[in-house]
Amino acid sequence: MDKPKTYNFAREAAKALADTQLRDNLRFATQSLRQKRLAVFDDPDETEALREIGSRIKARGLTHLPRLLEELEDRCWENGIVVHWAETTEEANRIVLSIMEAHGAKKAVKGKSMVSEEMHFNAFMEARGKQALETDLGEFIIQLNNEPPSHIIVPAIHKNRKQIGKIFADKIPDTTYTEDTDILLATARRILREHYRTADIGISGVNFAVAETGTLCLVENEGNGRMCTTVPPVHVALMGLEKVVAKLEDVPPLYRLLCGSATGQRITTYFNMIKGPRKKGEKDGPKEVHLVILDNGRSRMLADPQLRKVLRCIRCGTCLNHCPVYTRIGGHAYGSTYPGPIGEILMPQLDGLDTKGELASASSLCNACSEVCPVKIPIPELIRRMRNESYLKKGTGVIPGHGAKRNAVEWIVWKGWRYSQTVPALNWLMLKTLAITGRVLPRVGPLKAWTRVRTKPVFAKESLKQLTRQEGIRHE
Amino acid sequence: MSKPSARTQIFSRLYKNAGAIAPYTPEAPAWTPPALTPAKRIARFVELMEAVRSEVYRVKGDAWVDALRKLMRTRELATLAYGKGTWCGDLLEKSWKEKPHPTDLIPWTQDVEEFRDELFGINAGITTTMGGIAEAAALILWPTPEEPRLLSLVPPVHIALVKAKEIVTSFPEAIKKLDWAKKAPTNSLLISGPSKTADIELILQFGVHGPTDLIVFVIE
Repeated sequence: MDKPKTYNFAREAAKALADTQLRDNLRFATQSLRQKRLAVFDDPDETEALREIGSRIKARGLTHLPRLLEELEDRCWENGIVVHWAETTEEANRIVLSIMEAHGAKKAVKGKSMVSEEMHFNAFMEARGKQALETDLGEFIIQLNNEPPSHIIVPAIHKNRKQIGKIFADKIPDTTYTEDTDILLATARRILREHYRTADIGISGVNFAVAETGTLCLVENEGNGRMCTTVPPVHVALMGLEKVVAKLEDVPPLYRLLCGSATGQRITTYFNMIKGPRKKGEKDGPKEVHLVILDNGRSRMLADPQLRKVLRCIRCGTCLNHCPVYTRIGGHAYGSTYPGPIGEILMPQLDGLDTKGELASASSLCNACSEVCPVKIPIPELIRRMRNESYLKKGTGVIPGHGAKRNAVEWIVWKGWRYSQTVPALNWLMLKTLAITGRVLPRVGPLKAWTRVRTKPVFAKESLKQLTRQEGIRHE
Repeated sequence: MSKPSARTQIFSRLYKNAGAIAPYTPEAPAWTPPALTPAKRIARFVELMEAVRSEVYRVKGDAWVDALRKLMRTRELATLAYGKGTWCGDLLEKSWKEKPHPTDLIPWTQDVEEFRDELFGINAGITTTMGGIAEAAALILWPTPEEPRLLSLVPPVHIALVKAKEIVTSFPEAIKKLDWAKKAPTNSLLISGPSKTADIELILQFGVHGPTDLIVFVIE
């Protein structure tokens, strides 16, 4: 859990909005990502057909989830992959730690993995004297600066080259400040290649796990994922249990959707399909491969036909790039592993509505996210579900922490409103009263907060209903 | 360890919750990008491969060996690693034996544990491929004991040999044609261009962890 007590979304959002440098960086980056996506998905009919296929593959996978996971487990064991199950992130961390300890491993090189972020893997390992080194360039940059990623795909999206040059100069010994991106890249390359050569263990995520073959698929451009999964003697792959797909044929359309949505590419540089540890006679590859399958609330989400839709997500991050809120405040303001629209419907389910329910308010329900989602998750519909459950009576909701926002005053106000709407005389009385008192309503409590950035509404003397009766309605 | 109980708990929830909703099995139609004629396939492959900053040379038969010799000389690459016992390795050995060349030809013969440090210092690596994918510009690599995985990753220059007749239109087609689900080795790969990143201001930069250059010979 990310410090539920001190976290205040409204405050963080306001802070981010005031940061003009951040606003510039985000505007530029998210706009480019949107354009690149459009360049690949240039045929709307074809894109729609592909999205339909993608969403059906994932929906079908969820229907058969337990069976697919059993099949995946069997095939993995046959392939020589050791399979571990973790109910919680704490358990998952302990499993990796015990693998490291069994090998006397001190240094782990890591490919990009959102599940490892969910696990707060690096902090867990560092607290136990293990080095967990991010190797994706963006992750490497922000790890140097002790920051969490602010985007699912482009972790350092909030930094420009000047800020990165400064981080390198401050944090890497014998490095002078430069804005030259080629020099920055060469520095990272020199350091990281040395780490691959000497690391004891490699950690990676999983983009798709194929049940029929026991294959772990990794999507990447940099080659760090291949390094982490091939050079060290032990490879540990971490995956959320929703990542399983039934067949190898399911992979190409999902892969195309992921590349196009995430970075606007037809294909990434590397598509790495791992089917096990080094076999007899082979000269390289890890001698052991472990797969840690994490639940962390996912099996619970499966029970509800609406909530389970979040499990279709392939973590492309395109909903972030298209969100009018994310593109202005960036990822850190959300104070969560998963920011943006997907975070708004996933975090409250992972951490509870009592700690992360606030995120569901970070939306205008404009629907841009669901129009671009490659697996057609109806994100706004789920955001409204989050909001509704926040006000439910305890024990009547499904999501942990539901009812967190429920309070007596609001409840009475809405009850009163409902009553007034069913009794015409009361409605008339209320409107008359508001017409007179509305102008002098003191700006206190919720009205004060509401009017800080909005004009105070002024109630008309006559209701809309009366006005239409007097003047009629002209249809145009 | 709590492992068995974690597994039991997870599956009991999964079975209960997956079954809580009426089983619904949406039809997912197969994704079949349009097939291209062989000539178009090759042209498209070359065009898209170059678009991801790979150097592509179309050569006839064994002409790639001489073309490679010239390339190695002009780029002053001191060392070239290759897999011993492959058709590519045989041709290289023969050529280097017939005519000396300033580039040292280094066969990969040991386990990576003995070879790793040397490998990280080698300038170029050459591999064969299982073919290519035209509509996405990818090389298909199925590393073997003779041609290990790191040969296409660690050296800064990766040279790949693709037989023109093994270029297919799409990934789904490759999966069918190669019987991928049954026959794929421990590690199989699609490679499209040299390693790259856009993590700094979305500026596309090549050569981040793996190869900085990808040279492809399309053999007709």
